Amino acid sequence: MAVVSLAATRFTKTALAARKERAEAVAKWAFFGMAVAMIIPLVAIIAYLLYRAAPSLSLEFLVEMPRRGMREGGIWPAFIGTLYLVVISLAVSAPIGVLAAIYLNEYARDTWFNRLINLAVINLAGVPSIVHALFGLGAFVYAAKFGYSIVAASLTLAIMTLPVIIASTREALASVPMAFREACWNVGATRWQTIKAVVLPNSISGILTGVILQVSRAAGETAPIMFTGAVFFKAIQPGTVFPYRLQDQCMALSMHLYTVSTQIPNVKESIPYATAIVLLGTVLLVNVSAIGLRVWLRNRKRW
Amino acid sequence: MMDAHGHAIVTRGLNLWYGPFQALIDVTAGIPHGLITSLIGPSGCGKTTLLRCFNRVNERFAYVRTTGAIELLGKNIYDPDVSLIELRKAVGMVFQRPNPLPISVYENVVFGLRIHSRRASLKRADLDAAVEQALTEVGLWKDLKDRLQVRATTLQLEQQQKLCIARLLPLKPEIILMDEPCSTLDVDGTRGIEELMFALKGRYTIVIVTHNMAQARRTSDECIFMLLGKVIEHTRTADLFLSPKSPRTAEYIEGRYG
Repeated sequence: MAVVSLAATRFTKTALAARKERAEAVAKWAFFGMAVAMIIPLVAIIAYLLYRAAPSLSLEFLVEMPRRGMREGGIWPAFIGTLYLVVISLAVSAPIGVLAAIYLNEYARDTWFNRLINLAVINLAGVPSIVHALFGLGAFVYAAKFGYSIVAASLTLAIMTLPVIIASTREALASVPMAFREACWNVGATRWQTIKAVVLPNSISGILTGVILQVSRAAGETAPIMFTGAVFFKAIQPGTVFPYRLQDQCMALSMHLYTVSTQIPNVKESIPYATAIVLLGTVLLVNVSAIGLRVWLRNRKRW
Repeated sequence: MMDAHGHAIVTRGLNLWYGPFQALIDVTAGIPHGLITSLIGPSGCGKTTLLRCFNRVNERFAYVRTTGAIELLGKNIYDPDVSLIELRKAVGMVFQRPNPLPISVYENVVFGLRIHSRRASLKRADLDAAVEQALTEVGLWKDLKDRLQVRATTLQLEQQQKLCIARLLPLKPEIILMDEPCSTLDVDGTRGIEELMFALKGRYTIVIVTHNMAQARRTSDECIFMLLGKVIEHTRTADLFLSPKSPRTAEYIEGRYG
């Protein structure tokens, strides 16, 4: 009889097991809840912005000049100015960052000097943008005599994005299996031949994605350009694609948003929100294309 | 291309440190030309380290320090005038896990030629001939001659490993180092690689590291047993397995430890 009852209760839930299962369920739902909560701010931000911006959103808003002291009209000069700043800053920081990352990942041995470089990169990434701004003001505007200009502002942004480009490029390079490099070295390939033949073709998607994601940072930062080259207002020919010269000052979306939100009284209420939508839309568009590029390159990836 | 005793590789008083840890202790050995020599011993005994000394691939780590001499084909490879590029051209290596490059079969085989020649000096006909010859030599030509543009990483593991051997051949190496080349392969794959080793024997000096004592016994002419960084015994394979001189060798091949 005793044997039978033992067999009957075998593998059934004990009190302790039931408690563990409850704890497991609580843990799982708590983690899931927090993960889902991540979506809420994004949706809320976009929905709220769209709702408030609706009266001003139109193609004319994008391509027209601001009117009546920026209380009406469009944001074309700011939009173009942001494109200028982003393109020039990345044109400077991407090559430097990628080449530096290749050195650090493919050539550098673990010496004190290379540790120093690593430390510098990490610390540069941690410098607040307002400090970059101050440095840009001193170094590019005054010392290098670029003046308040697109060049000075772009270079400041370039220095700000550089460490992140280095970090993301290194990550992309490190994801190429070591076995590929060993295969090359063991038929007598030099490091550079190995990089050309194997490392770069297999990491280019990650490298490009990392660079493109810096567009959003360069486009969004206000402090570094405020001190070095962005202005409240700059009259340009509406509709022209290259209205600025490099030594000019320019308008920029982030700066414009700050200006219309805080510096000008009686602005039409929807204008700051519409400006934010354009800024956000530009950045999202770039990010989506980065993801698209990544998917496309990954499908072409050769292992 | 060998010393007076018919040795392709001779090490003299070779010591190697990984940082403070000494992985090779006073290794002195002569590896015969044109034969297959196996390096056996329990994990951590230094057999792979020794193998990797022969094309100096250990040195990419800054904390590796080596003393002593390794003469390959009569030349000390630690001489200052030795070019690592030329050394590795002559001493090919096959790894545990097949590592074909993620490009076509054809490009894998001619990779070495492309690396070592000016672009203009490579003629399509020569490359085609090199591919056919190398793949024939490793027994892949019949299977792959219509699939040369297939990505090499999609082949079966055995074919990948043979391709990795074929990749060395256009450079006309004299020595082929194999680091547990069959450990990821099944029985048929292992047999395939072993038969290939027999076919290559004579033209190439082969050194193989293996965990598999049966494989060492089947394939090699001479056998080096290592323990804790030292060479314990080095004789003809048949002698080592039938009448080992050292009791430690005897215990290892009986499977008492390792």
